Amino acid sequence: MAILVFIESAEGKIKKTSLEAVAYAHAMGDKVSAIALGTVDKGELEAVGKYGAAKVLSVADERLNQGVIKAYASVLAQAMEAEGADTLVLANSSLGTPVAASVAIKVNASLASNAVELPNTSGGFVVKQSIYTGKAFALVDMKKQKKVIGIKKNAVELKEVGGNAEVAAFSANLSDADFATKITNTEKATGEILLPEAEIVVSGGRGMKGPEHWGMLEDLAKELGAATGCSKPVSDIGWRPHHEHVGQTGVKVAPQLYIAIGISGAIQHLAGVNSSKCIVVINKDPEAPFFKAADYGIVGDAFTVVPKLTEAIKAGK
Amino acid sequence: MKILVCISHVPDTTSKINFVENNTKFDTAGVQFIIGPYDDYALARAIELKESSGATVTVLNVGLAETEPTIRKALAIGADDAIRVNAHPTDSYFVATQIAEHAKGYDLILMGRESIDYNTGVVHSMVGEMLGLPSVSPVMKLDIDGTTVKMQREIEGGKESVEATLPLVAGCQEPIAEWKIPNMRGIMSARTKPLNVVEPKAVDAAVQFQKYELPPPKGAVKMISEDNVAELVTLLKNEAKVL
Repeated sequence: MAILVFIESAEGKIKKTSLEAVAYAHAMGDKVSAIALGTVDKGELEAVGKYGAAKVLSVADERLNQGVIKAYASVLAQAMEAEGADTLVLANSSLGTPVAASVAIKVNASLASNAVELPNTSGGFVVKQSIYTGKAFALVDMKKQKKVIGIKKNAVELKEVGGNAEVAAFSANLSDADFATKITNTEKATGEILLPEAEIVVSGGRGMKGPEHWGMLEDLAKELGAATGCSKPVSDIGWRPHHEHVGQTGVKVAPQLYIAIGISGAIQHLAGVNSSKCIVVINKDPEAPFFKAADYGIVGDAFTVVPKLTEAIKAGK
Repeated sequence: MKILVCISHVPDTTSKINFVENNTKFDTAGVQFIIGPYDDYALARAIELKESSGATVTVLNVGLAETEPTIRKALAIGADDAIRVNAHPTDSYFVATQIAEHAKGYDLILMGRESIDYNTGVVHSMVGEMLGLPSVSPVMKLDIDGTTVKMQREIEGGKESVEATLPLVAGCQEPIAEWKIPNMRGIMSARTKPLNVVEPKAVDAAVQFQKYELPPPKGAVKMISEDNVAELVTLLKNEAKVL
């Protein structure tokens, strides 16, 4: 059976997590088509073929340049039908997650979210998903014939497996009800590395002693091409904006490298970072619980260690 | 206006997660259960709307009798009455089906963006689809002007302003409202507020949870001297291969 993959774009580029969704579908071994909604450059769509999509459906409807959840779900349900796809794969995101849920109800599918591995089909269709904010995993058997799978960042390794995809236009029937929710304004940082998607994150805690000291953390982040984050107390006191709060009730990150500076490592913070590949902790308190969750640690004053680290990275380039 | 707030009964955010019975059941030993933190934001916003515009607030939980202290806490915070669907909340589809069964007739159906146990973040969207209502999540701000609902939704790296009309489903998160702490009067009155227990609607299981796993234990941390920061850079490049 065929698999359909919903791919998202940002600033004209297909998101890396969406390419991972294509690679995930390809690794499942069935015929893969991808679908992009709104206006996306044709070359960018063709390149999705490199990760395993034979065909990319392009729904170049201007109304879909904004992520209207219900309209997106309607298009995807119709595309599954048209392509004879019994499985939809997408990356979990602020758009992908609610869209996945709507599609699952529309097409009467089983839904799995935050999948971290390929399904095991040796007895049923079992997907491993991240639960308890990364503190555990669940093996869940998807019982219905149709399936919608949301994958977590880094669920599969991204590697090129093919050439360009064929791009085909697809149009869906959309009603006014699909656009009942109106997006009246979008404020989005441009050109910035977004925290939820960053490969490297530099975070600061109360040990930074005040918002006026964030410059050195930003210097380090800039040198690394990293996004900046912070602990909950820091965003609660308003040193940093709320959207930088990393933790169980804030942004959950899954970068290659997470550098925590002056963060003691409360269990709620750890829950937001435990999917990181490598964790570096810099803290002047050798007893800080974060060291137990770290791969590398430096006991020292952030105000001397961080500038030294920035210099060392510069020197090592 | 009638508001329904759906709350989950979940382990406190400081809980250590363990499983029992050959990793098929969550270990509740020593675990403190709370109203889901995101649901708590939804509840707080509902109470604000009750205070400002005279709405009524009903809380709904899908859970067995053990969740009643959590429901009573929501009543103590200010909800008027409660519904407990007497069933173990096996999965998102099951819970959404139960909510949809009782949500008809409400103008505003609020809940957290996700429960902090299974983190799927899909129940609000499923309920919206089941009832043919708009659903929006994660909502950071929600104001009502007549039948128009003006919201702010968080997206990666920013926010969207979204408008829809009632009735509507929303998944909430901070800073939609400040968490409310029940006062003594609230706690006393919660004891006598109606808590109706209803039996669940039968559902064909969409998924079945087979087993749970904990992440592999973390290896020992490698400590580096603060006088030798360059070594860290070397290790990150050559050993961890993340630079």
